[in-house]
Amino acid sequence: MATIYIDNEPYTVEPNGRNLLEVCLSLGLDLPYFCWHPALKSVGACRQCAVILFRDENDTRGRLTMACMTAARDGMRLSLTDPRAVAFRASIIEWLMVNHPHDCPVCDEGGECHLQDMTVMTGHVRRDYRFDKRTHRNQNLGPLVNHEMNRCIACYRCVRYYRDYAGGRDLQALGWHDHVYFGRMEDGTLESPFSGNLVEVCPTGVFTDKTLGRHYTRKWDLQTAPSLCVHCGVGCNTMPGERYGLLRRVQNRFHHEINGYFLCDRGRYGYEFVNDAARPRVAADPDTVRGWLSEGRVAGAGSPRASLEANAALRALVGAENFYAGVAPAEHALVALMRALLEVHPTPPPSLREVEEADAVLLLGEDPTHTTPRLALALRQAALRPPMAAAGATLKIPPFDDAALREAVQDATAPFFIATPQATALDGVAMQALRLAPDDVARLGYAIAAGEGEIAAALRNAQRPLVVAGFGSGSPAVAQAAAAAARALGARLCFTLPACNSLGLALFDAPGVADMPRDVKTLILLETDLFRLLPDAEARLRKVKHVVVLDCLATPTVAAAHAVLPTATFAEADGTLVNYEGRAQRHFRVFPATGDVREAWQWLDALRGVTRTFDEVTAALAALPAFAGVEGAAPRAEFRLLGQPVPRQPHRTSGRTAVTANVDVHEPTTPPDPDSPLAFSMEGYQGHPPAPLTPRFWAPGWNSQQALNKFQQEVGGPLVGRPTGVHLLPVNTGAVPAGTPPPPFQPRADAVLFLPAHHIFGSEPLSARAPGIAALTPAPALAVGAALYARLGGGPVEVRVGDAVLTLPLREDPALPVGTAVLPVGLCAEALPAWGTLTGGPRDA
Amino acid sequence: MLSILHTIWNVFTHAFHRRVTVRYPEEKRPLPPRWRGRIVLTRDPDGAERCVACQLCSVVCPVGCIALQTTQDETGRRYPAFFRINFSRCIFCGFCEEACPTCAIQLTPDYEMAEYTRPALVYEKEDLLIDGTGKYHDYNYYRVAGLAIGGKDKGEAEHEQPPVDVRGLLP
Repeated sequence: MATIYIDNEPYTVEPNGRNLLEVCLSLGLDLPYFCWHPALKSVGACRQCAVILFRDENDTRGRLTMACMTAARDGMRLSLTDPRAVAFRASIIEWLMVNHPHDCPVCDEGGECHLQDMTVMTGHVRRDYRFDKRTHRNQNLGPLVNHEMNRCIACYRCVRYYRDYAGGRDLQALGWHDHVYFGRMEDGTLESPFSGNLVEVCPTGVFTDKTLGRHYTRKWDLQTAPSLCVHCGVGCNTMPGERYGLLRRVQNRFHHEINGYFLCDRGRYGYEFVNDAARPRVAADPDTVRGWLSEGRVAGAGSPRASLEANAALRALVGAENFYAGVAPAEHALVALMRALLEVHPTPPPSLREVEEADAVLLLGEDPTHTTPRLALALRQAALRPPMAAAGATLKIPPFDDAALREAVQDATAPFFIATPQATALDGVAMQALRLAPDDVARLGYAIAAGEGEIAAALRNAQRPLVVAGFGSGSPAVAQAAAAAARALGARLCFTLPACNSLGLALFDAPGVADMPRDVKTLILLETDLFRLLPDAEARLRKVKHVVVLDCLATPTVAAAHAVLPTATFAEADGTLVNYEGRAQRHFRVFPATGDVREAWQWLDALRGVTRTFDEVTAALAALPAFAGVEGAAPRAEFRLLGQPVPRQPHRTSGRTAVTANVDVHEPTTPPDPDSPLAFSMEGYQGHPPAPLTPRFWAPGWNSQQALNKFQQEVGGPLVGRPTGVHLLPVNTGAVPAGTPPPPFQPRADAVLFLPAHHIFGSEPLSARAPGIAALTPAPALAVGAALYARLGGGPVEVRVGDAVLTLPLREDPALPVGTAVLPVGLCAEALPAWGTLTGGPRDA
Repeated sequence: MLSILHTIWNVFTHAFHRRVTVRYPEEKRPLPPRWRGRIVLTRDPDGAERCVACQLCSVVCPVGCIALQTTQDETGRRYPAFFRINFSRCIFCGFCEEACPTCAIQLTPDYEMAEYTRPALVYEKEDLLIDGTGKYHDYNYYRVAGLAIGGKDKGEAEHEQPPVDVRGLLP
């Protein structure tokens, strides 16, 4: 603990290697800044956070210094309000604004712009510059990010985030002096799958959300609620925003343990499936469906993309013995295995923050950039941070001095080892990247567990080692090898999971949908596309008398159903999802569903003839031993602050007497919400609600996302109030199931081993329906090694795997292990990896 | 008694006073141009819609009687897809005109908009948009904004240098 004096007021702070700007913001003081970002640290480039620093209590003159570049020390004396500091900061803004265009009314950042906030904060209210402004041409950066270079104030945050933090290579600072230009060498889609964060990192409107621009609404009009990303198993916290019944955008909602300040592009831009015109919206008669339930045997398939409550309602409707997991057989077995391995592991699965703090990583068989992208961004930090920490300790560089630390470490990385069949985006930060077939990856894992080889030696020296594997390889042997290696090394064990509630569904311990008996009269499919899961889906469905599908997507199964009950998407439903760590988190309705669309658990309760509130559904769920404590994920619906609910709409929401005036000139009543402590209204508690209920980040004078620092216990720290989410997964429960190394991989002359290839854009069924994501989805192609590519002549080939026959163009991946080929997932329902044949080109293979 | 006579006298003298009552609606009082009456959306001197759908009028409106949706044409010029004012709620405070950064929304000296039903007081964009510039004749927002739109490229606005050649080496 240290005491620092700010404007002669003593404050007790924890210096902890933090700079004065972080200390001031953590104390709730307003100090303007631009180039500093809590995740990117300081470079001292913008000179905006100037304060006057005094030598001691007798020093009356002091000197101007940059708060972000000065470490906090005990007994420091500084002044934020000294007229010289105030005038300096105002003149910096004036200078930054010289070339800033008169764009605010047509700028998407307007109303949530850090530059606007800081300009007002410094008191620079009048523009005296009379001369010509510098202009720039924009670039087309693809379907996700819009570029308007005139607005740039050259804070360099974009390239520091994009290149240094996210590892992108194609965005650069080009040109010089006041011509400096942040863009690509030529027009084209930004290559990094984390490019969407530029929208939030940029303090002004240079990078804006292109999907939002197509249906633009200001921040003050967006109805938001705390929500979760549903596009992979990581469970990032999001803030979707709605206006006029249309989901407008998704923004990051800070979670200290998980997503921190950043999302991936799938999570940020995948939301548009909610607005899809092809969504099923007309419901069958529920009474007819209820009649079918008494006609004979009923079975139900739950879904890994439906909430715990929806699955529990289905289980209650059909009975536990008739409840099946709507997951492909191989994936079902793999997720069950991974769950079992996590439960016996001595330490719980690491949160993403703990992943970032790892100092040695072993990545087995998984390309997280394409399966759970946010994890890949965390793993990159794990590779880059330890050398920076070491350099900082040796050279006495404070931890926030980003440029100096990066200069000191150059290209050094932590011990980071990758063994996958295909090249991964993380190869660049790896000490060693091995290209091995899945069985050989598993053998490597067991060898490391046995302490053989230099990789094992490097990992053994680490303080916080981490082993990552997952569903991406499709191989149970790899998962078992990873668990064995993690246990032997004393490492944390992290498994990636395919869907937002994969682990939640696995906790129900239901058999897979492939094990469903054939004599079922009525089959209830909850958000399950059978055609994606089972090769014989059509034959199975034909045998069932009544197929009832509850889904929010227009899938082939919906087309084949006898009755469709349209369900709400994540944005129109409350629900609890369990992420890869076993953390149960709650997402809340952003806007009420319209027309026939209802939340899945409401449909299922209606079929059962009961009426329950959401909390009653959750309480019934919590009665199951695996879900004990799940109701603690968020406050109950009766929760009130000063007797008031938390408003979903900002207090500046506009047009409440005009929005529906064309339909009815009388204003509608606020839709009731018996299921949560939030209200579909601008009225309610205006202070800071507890973290699980925070619908937006806004504070007086802080209209941008950077208002977040007012909601954190300290800058970069957890949100104020109770933490969000509860852990459901037990740990260290018993002995490890014995695994044995598989025999070495042997290429076969008559067949090829087809390995699964996931892609961040397109492999996940929900986001694949968002136009922005669909535009970036690569055309399906089969990747083969160099020898096979030469033999097949590069032409289209016929792939036979199981019963499926596919014709695909070829792509060369020279490093691919001999005897394997990589097939995009989702093209057929066959489980991969699988042996199959390739025909085509000049000679058969 | 005296006061009654005084009153009768006063009333009598009023017969010779100058009349202030106007025989409305046959006769109308001239109103100053800054009178806050019926709201219109104006066009810029080039005849294009001035409104850029920035939503400042709707957020400043104390009764929330303005709703609109932003959209843009293929050249990037923004305009409202719909623009609705519920005049049955409007209090004619003029905040919307004050907030408007493009002089698009203006209050006019027309107050004759009484209707028999409230729905008839809900004006859509086609009811609001006029063909002139209103009170502000010369202002064209896109001539001072940095955004490039159809007919105005980068560097062609007032007080703008030509776009930087990033590949140039000249200082």
